Amino acid sequence: MDAENANKTPAEKYEAVKHSVRGRRIRWARRISQSFFLILFFFLLFQTEFRGDFDQSSAESIQLNYPVSLFLEMDPLVAVSTALSTHALYNKVILALIIIVGTILIGRFFCGWICPLGTLNQFFSSFKPERKAAARIEANRYKGWMAVKYYILFAFIALAIFTSLQVGLLDPIAFLIRSLATSILPAVNTALRHGLDWLYASNIRALQILADTGYSVLGAGLLSYKPQYYNFGFFIGAIFIAVLVGNRFITRFWCRGICPLGALMGLLSRWSIFGMEKDHAKCDNCNLCLLHCQGACDPQGGIPWRQSECHLCFNCQSVCPHDVIKFKFFPKQDPKSINEQPDLKRRRAMESFAAGLIALPLFRASLGFFKNRNERLIRPPGSLEEDDFLARCIRCGQCMKVCPTNAIQPALFESGIEGIWTPMLVMRAGYCEYNCVLCGEVCPTGAIWKITEAQKLGKSPETGEPDPDAKPVKIGTAFLDQGRCLPWAMGIPCIVCEEFCPTSPKAIWTLEEKVTRSDGTVITVKRPRVDVDRCVGCGICEHACPVQDRPAIYVTNVGETRSRTNQIRLESGAYN
Amino acid sequence: MPEEKTNRRQFLERSSRAGVAALAASGAGFWLWSRNEHPRRDKAVVQVRNYRVRIPETMPSMAIVTGGSPVQLASEAVRALGGMRSFVARGDVVVLKPNIGWDRVPQQAANTNPDLVRKVVELCFEAGAHKVVVTDVSCNDPRRCFQRSGIAAAAEAAGATVILPEERKFRDYRFNGELLSVWPVFTPIVEADKVINLPIVKHHNLCNATMGLKNWYGMLGGRRNQLHQNIDISIVDLATFIRPTLTILDAYRVLVSNGPQGGNINDVRLMKTVAAGTDPVAIDAFGASLLGLKTQQVPYLAIAQERGLGRIDFEQTSVKRIKLA
Repeated sequence: MDAENANKTPAEKYEAVKHSVRGRRIRWARRISQSFFLILFFFLLFQTEFRGDFDQSSAESIQLNYPVSLFLEMDPLVAVSTALSTHALYNKVILALIIIVGTILIGRFFCGWICPLGTLNQFFSSFKPERKAAARIEANRYKGWMAVKYYILFAFIALAIFTSLQVGLLDPIAFLIRSLATSILPAVNTALRHGLDWLYASNIRALQILADTGYSVLGAGLLSYKPQYYNFGFFIGAIFIAVLVGNRFITRFWCRGICPLGALMGLLSRWSIFGMEKDHAKCDNCNLCLLHCQGACDPQGGIPWRQSECHLCFNCQSVCPHDVIKFKFFPKQDPKSINEQPDLKRRRAMESFAAGLIALPLFRASLGFFKNRNERLIRPPGSLEEDDFLARCIRCGQCMKVCPTNAIQPALFESGIEGIWTPMLVMRAGYCEYNCVLCGEVCPTGAIWKITEAQKLGKSPETGEPDPDAKPVKIGTAFLDQGRCLPWAMGIPCIVCEEFCPTSPKAIWTLEEKVTRSDGTVITVKRPRVDVDRCVGCGICEHACPVQDRPAIYVTNVGETRSRTNQIRLESGAYN
Repeated sequence: MPEEKTNRRQFLERSSRAGVAALAASGAGFWLWSRNEHPRRDKAVVQVRNYRVRIPETMPSMAIVTGGSPVQLASEAVRALGGMRSFVARGDVVVLKPNIGWDRVPQQAANTNPDLVRKVVELCFEAGAHKVVVTDVSCNDPRRCFQRSGIAAAAEAAGATVILPEERKFRDYRFNGELLSVWPVFTPIVEADKVINLPIVKHHNLCNATMGLKNWYGMLGGRRNQLHQNIDISIVDLATFIRPTLTILDAYRVLVSNGPQGGNINDVRLMKTVAAGTDPVAIDAFGASLLGLKTQQVPYLAIAQERGLGRIDFEQTSVKRIKLA
C-alpha cells in the first residue's frame, strides 16, 4: 500500500485513503460542540439586558432570566487569578473546577471544543485565499514566540498575587465580552438602526411594517432597547478586529501566542491521561496533519507532540492517511512521541514574573491610587473599596452591557493605568437607576458585590420600609454649581433635579426666595439645595439638568459607601 | 514612425464625448450650487390634535365616583357618562395615556392605578374598539416603569397593545403655542381615532398639582426638562395641542406630598375616587380640590380656561356624584 502511494501527491493520498471513520466522527463532534457553545455564548450575551418583562407583576424585583455570566464563571483563569488576589472563590466561580479538572485529565479541550473566541479565531483562520499550502504548513510548525503566552501569564500571576488583577485585559472570555459589548454590538446597532430608521422614515406603509418587524425580530437579541455608546469603544473594537484579522496570516495566532488562559491550561495539561501516540515508522511526511493543525503542537511524525499546545481539535488524526496519529487514554509515555513540558525557559519565566512585580508599584507610584483619587471615578453600586475592587475586576464589561441607562462606561486612566476599562458611571451618558441592581447581578467576581434591591435602598427586606439600621448604598454625592443653576444664577424657575431625585424624603430640597432680575422686577423662585446625608449619588439630577454641556448639579464620589475614608461627614467616616 | 493624424470621425467622436462629460459635470455642479442653503432641520408637521366627540346635552359633563375598587370606580364613572359607546365607535383605534412616569409600585401612587387601566381597556373593547394602545414616555427607564407600575401586565392581560417609547417613533410637531413652537411627539400617542387621558392626581413641587393637563408632558421627547422654566404656559400649550376624547382621573390612591415621584407610602392617602369627563380643565380643577388646593394655587387652570379649553367652576356644570357602598 505504501508502495502504490509513493508517487501520489498528499492531496491524492487524502482522497485515496479513506481515513478512519472514528477520526472523522470526532471532528464533527468537535464542530457541533463549538457551534453549540458559540451560540450559547451569544445567546447569554444578548440576554445580558433587561428588556421589560410584561408578564411579571409589579411586586417582583427585576432580575435577568438566565445565568448570563456562565462562561466567565467557568473560566479557569478568572478562578485562579481571583483566588490568588482575594484568597477566595466568589459565588459561582467554583464552576471553573469543571474546566480545570477536565484539563488536568484530558488537556486543552476547552480551547478546541468550547472557547467562543477560539471558535471565532478558527473560523477566521479559514480565510487565507492566496497563501500556498507549503506556506501554511510552515506557519503551523511550532515557533519559539508561541511561548510568549506563558510569560504573559506569569506577569499576570505576579500582579494577581500582589492584588492587582490584570488578567482581564487578555483573558479570552473577558476580552470577547468586553469587545462585543462596548464596541462591536453598539456599532452593529448603529448601522442596523440607521438602515431600519431610513426605511421607517420613508412613510411608505409596507416599508414601515418591514422596519417594525426588523426591530421586533432583532430586538430579541442583536438590537438593544436603545442605542448604547461607550467611552473610547473604538479602540476596544479595533484591538478585537486586529486579533481576528491576525488569523489571516497565522492560524489562531492569539490562541497560540497570546492567550494567558491557553497558557494556564497548557501548564495544567501536563498531567493529562489522554494524549497522542505516533507511529513514526508509518509517516511519509505528507504534512497533511500540519496543514490542518490548530494549535501548532507538532503532530507530524519524527518529532514529539507538544501536549501543552494541542487544542484537541483532532484534525490531524482525521486527515492522516497512514494512521500515524492516534489519540487515546494512557498513551505510551515515549519521549520521542510526547513532550508534556511547555517550551519554557526558566530565566524568561523568572524575568516575566519579575516584570509583573515591578509593574505594580510603578502603577501605584502615580497620583490616583494612594493620593488624589479622581473625583469622577464613580463605581457602580455595591462596588468594593478601590484596592479590593482592583483585586477582582476583570473588565469583562458585563456591567456596562446590562446597565439600563448606559451610565456604566469603561474608564481610561481615572483609576490609574491599572484601572483601564474598569467600570465607572458617567452621569451625562446615563444615571444609576434607583431600584436597579443588575450590575451586581452580572459581575462574576464580586468586584461589584451582589446586593439586593432592599440592601441598595437601605430598606428592610421583610417590610420594604426604610430600616434605621441599614443605610442605603451611596455611590457619591451631588453638588450644586450655583453659577450655572437656573434659579440661582438666572432667577428662572426649574428644579428638575428635585423632581427627579428618587430618595424619600428627597435629597434635593427647595426654598422659595425672592430674586431681583436684571429689569428690576422681583420674582419668587424655588432654589434647590442638596442634603448630603440623604443623597445617594445616583446622578439622575445631573442627567436631567437642563444645562446641557456642564450640568449645574453634578456628582463626585465623595461619601461613597464603599470607602472608609472618602467621606465628608464625621458620622460616615471609618474612625468614628 | 510618423504619427497617424486624427481623422474627422475620431475628432467628432472624441470631442463630443468630452463635451458631454463637461456639460454633465457643469450641469451637476450648477444644480448642486443652486441648492446651497443653510441646513434645515425643521421638518415639523402642523396639526392640532382634536379627538373630541359630540356629547348629547342631556349627559352629565362629569362624573365623580367614590368608595369602591379602582375597577368599580372606573366602570361606574364611564357608565354615568352614558357608557364607553358614547366615546368609542366600532373599529376605532383607541390610545390610552396613563401616567407611567416612574419606577414605582402601585402602592406608592406615582403612576396610574393598573386595575383602572385594565378596566378602561376592557370597556374600550366592549364598545367595539379595534385596537387599544397603552403607552407613555417615562421619566425613569421605561422598561422598569412599565413593569413595576403593573400597567404593562394589566393592559396586556386585557388585550391592549403596550408600546415602550422608542427614539425612532418621535416626530417633530409644530405646536404654534404661546411658548412651545416645535417639539418631538411620540407618534403612537397621536396616531389614533380616540385618545383617552388616564392621569393620576399627585402633588407636584413646582406647579403644586399634576393631573390631566400636566400628563401630556408624557407625549414629548427631546429636552423636556426645559419645560419647567415656564411650567404653566407649557402645560397649557400642550393641552391646546391635544384635545382628548375623554379624561378619567385616578384618585384612588393620592400622593399628597413629595410629588410627583413620591416613594414613601406615608405620603399616600387612600381616597377611593375616580372622576371622568370631557372637560379636561374641570377634571383638573376637581383634582386640585382633592389635594386641598384653591384654583389660584394652580395657575395653569385659569390660563387654560382663558384659552377656552374648559371651565374651572366644575360645580356649576352638570356633575353627577355617585357614592358606592
